[in-house]
Amino acid sequence: MSVKITEKDDVTIRFAGDSGDGMQLTGSQFTNTTALAGNDLSTLPDYPAEIRAPQGTVAGVSGFQIHFGSKAIHTPGDSCDVLVVMNAAALKANLKYLKAGGIIIANVDGFGKRDLSLAKYGPEDKPLEQIQTSGYGLIQLDVTKLTRAALADTGLPPKDVDRCKNMFVLGVIYWLFSRDIKVTQTFIEKKFSRKAEIAEANVLALKAGYAYGGATELFSERFSVQAAQIRPGTYRNITGNEATVIGLAAAADKSGLPLFLGSYPITPASEILHGLSKLKHYNVRTFQAEDEIAAIGSAIGASFGGSLGVTSSSGPGIALKTEALTLALMLELPLVVINVQRAGPSTGMPTKTEQSDLLQAVYGRAGESPVVVLSPESPADCFQMIFEACRIAIEHMIPVMFLSDGYIANGAEPWLFPKAAELPQIKVSFAPPREPEDAPYLPYSRDERLVRPWAVPGTKGLEHRIGGLEKEHGTGNISYDPDNHHQMTLIREQKRNNVAANIPEQKIEEGPESGKVLVVGWGSTHGSIKAAVNELNAEGLAVSHTHIRYLSPFPQNLADLFAKFETILVPEINNGQLIKLLRDQFPAFTFHGFNQVKGTPLPVSALSDAIRRATNF
Amino acid sequence: MVQKTASTNGSTPALKPKDFASDQDVRWCPGCGDYTILKQVQNVMPGLGVPRENIVFVAGIGCSSRFPYYMDTFGMHSIHGRAPSIATGLKTSRPELSVWVITGDGDALSIGGNHLIHVLRRNVDLNILLFNNEIYGLTKGQYSPTSHEGTVTKSTPMGSLDHPFNPAALAMGANACFFARAMDRDPKHLNEMLIRTHQHKGASLLEIYQNCIVFNDGAFEVYTDKQRRSDTALYLEHGKPLVFGKEGEKGIRLDGTRPELVKLGEGQWSESDLWVHDEKDAFKAYLLARFFEDNRHEDRLPRPFGVFLDVERPAYDEIFNRQIEQAYEKKGKGDLDALLAGEETWVVK
Repeated sequence: MSVKITEKDDVTIRFAGDSGDGMQLTGSQFTNTTALAGNDLSTLPDYPAEIRAPQGTVAGVSGFQIHFGSKAIHTPGDSCDVLVVMNAAALKANLKYLKAGGIIIANVDGFGKRDLSLAKYGPEDKPLEQIQTSGYGLIQLDVTKLTRAALADTGLPPKDVDRCKNMFVLGVIYWLFSRDIKVTQTFIEKKFSRKAEIAEANVLALKAGYAYGGATELFSERFSVQAAQIRPGTYRNITGNEATVIGLAAAADKSGLPLFLGSYPITPASEILHGLSKLKHYNVRTFQAEDEIAAIGSAIGASFGGSLGVTSSSGPGIALKTEALTLALMLELPLVVINVQRAGPSTGMPTKTEQSDLLQAVYGRAGESPVVVLSPESPADCFQMIFEACRIAIEHMIPVMFLSDGYIANGAEPWLFPKAAELPQIKVSFAPPREPEDAPYLPYSRDERLVRPWAVPGTKGLEHRIGGLEKEHGTGNISYDPDNHHQMTLIREQKRNNVAANIPEQKIEEGPESGKVLVVGWGSTHGSIKAAVNELNAEGLAVSHTHIRYLSPFPQNLADLFAKFETILVPEINNGQLIKLLRDQFPAFTFHGFNQVKGTPLPVSALSDAIRRATNF
Repeated sequence: MVQKTASTNGSTPALKPKDFASDQDVRWCPGCGDYTILKQVQNVMPGLGVPRENIVFVAGIGCSSRFPYYMDTFGMHSIHGRAPSIATGLKTSRPELSVWVITGDGDALSIGGNHLIHVLRRNVDLNILLFNNEIYGLTKGQYSPTSHEGTVTKSTPMGSLDHPFNPAALAMGANACFFARAMDRDPKHLNEMLIRTHQHKGASLLEIYQNCIVFNDGAFEVYTDKQRRSDTALYLEHGKPLVFGKEGEKGIRLDGTRPELVKLGEGQWSESDLWVHDEKDAFKAYLLARFFEDNRHEDRLPRPFGVFLDVERPAYDEIFNRQIEQAYEKKGKGDLDALLAGEETWVVK
């Protein structure tokens, strides 16, 4: 039996099930296979904060969305073409994401009386039947029964058999999208290398699902998505937190410094601690501290000793680190502070994304406390920007804040990764030893960029004391002199501002170099803005996009770019933070905001509408 | 071997205590106990056998925490309560350094309590000097976590309600491997305790009773004045029975697990009946830590001074670095290109 194969430019699939159904694994496996097939892609994991919320409830639903295509893909997609649901709760939570006329693949075993009740459907509701009459395509599979049948001969206990359900579903989806199962098969064999019978069962389920797709007459068509026309080269798939880890290891390599991460576990930043703790043989040391303050404290201690100190957290943890951060700023030691932002304030929504810590990063400290603030624009960009954060921290002896977010951290995309030899060296200069007859050592003397020397313990003749008290210019001795404090305040500010001479100029990324509307973004809105601007340009509406990755200090030519446009629109996943910085520093221009604070990436459709409206301002 | 020693001596002239004094004026109140402690620390430094550039003092905030400014070594005056965490990062990344933490009762036991217990349990090889004056000095006289119940201060005009921390018991609870107690008014003993603190590999906590002449003068007088000290202070010596009193007429015996104060020379008890101090015995150290009675009253268990406990457990910085060595041995030096490429790649032509 042959089923016709339809070519698609791009497809969005959303996998949804109970937290225990293994949807994140299913999604990431589909992602890896899709990446290796040469598609461009973007993903969005969407999971609850609870490890196991009550089974079968809407609160316990875990989702994973992937948008892939033969064209350039910038976002995980506003809505999906195919929705895979493992139970009634998954349908209830996710039907709103399905495009009109989209396909639902449902595990009917998850739609029993109890499942419907747990998902808070009424006793008379028949959600699957209602779907069919709403113009959606419905494919019903009894996944539990089919998986059990496929694994009947393995002799495994039912509990282990049922754990293979997600692989059966993945097999069906692979068939539907004409994908090879090999990548996942290899993954399973490696993951369960010590449990051969479990590996075998999962592979069996995967193959059974694939075969089932072809053997039944459930599907009237299959799909294929050709490889994307993207820049030639060797690619890999990567998430933001992974790219951050690799970028830090690369910075250790290129600076020749040991990297010391002090960290306290927090969602969604913990993967950075996990990832680095496996890289001890890359000159990386990791320390899981007793709290957020000890985490940054240990990083400062390591920096004082000549390592590259790094600490990683999310908004609430960053708040706790604030006092220590001001110490690092007074000590003028290199320090990289990673904030994987999440929806706040307080505990907020730990697994949801937001860009609302920008003002905290730039201003949120006691006293006049200028630090450098950078932000990556996509998962893969975390590599370059964390490398930049390390470079600037070391070359300028200053704390640098790196503002990632939950979406970038967990989202994935293909990455045209560099060769180690192509990466720049990071220049490190430690103050040399001195003899007793040399002039006294001045720990707060400065070079032309106002950078002080890094004098590490163990260096003969450099014994000196530093601390949080105000220091006398040059000697670093305690000083309460009014004029000295004024001078030191200005020096610290100017020292931060001098970083602007050591960063790239701002560029227009999409659209004309001058014209009607410039969309100015930062951080994880990059994909949404780029997709919206591309879409509007294709419609013949000339709008432009620039994305600011260096947020404090800003690139020196920013005002020149602004001057070439009539209207400037600033979309953000917060209540207007970059816009406040821009209004403060560029009072000559008018900025318009577009803000949504829903814990999700900005939808391209809403953004396109906002940009369209802006052309009429 | 002899030659090597000779050349080392030749190239590094022996340092004197004054070589460890910085050029900064010391700014504690006249008569403050901190002066004696500073002097004793400077006295022991030349004898430690550590090059001056390998010595680092890290302090928190408070009167005592100004200490690093007065030492001509590397030093950091950090933030309130956090010195142990900073010292942990420094020591684990530079295990060859001799790292000293200077802290006070407010710094270590109130705002920094969390870091103190964790540094003790991890057993980071740090020398922690806790200057306990039972008061907040720098903020001008509020009660501290070690102040007696009922202490009248600016923030407790009707007397404090808080039950005080017992630092020795806290250290035992955190599984410290070394705890000792000394006082500013007994510099000779303090000197000896500083050396013991340095000699112990792992986290060493030395509590030093320190008189605050302005806000809590005489807090420890009961252990220092000539009239009473022999009845209130018990000096611990390894392998020796617990004897005190003007004529050595008092002792402590163990009745099962209960310490009992006994009179010697009256026929009932002799020295051979007494508890013999064993600083390697963690069980007994727990009991000694409970000697925390208000000695302003008579016939209480005396307050012990000296080394309560000195046992070995692998130091955190040592095992931390051993694990890194093991990673290199097992995996070889990491190849950055392999890390960049990850496990799966594909080529776009």
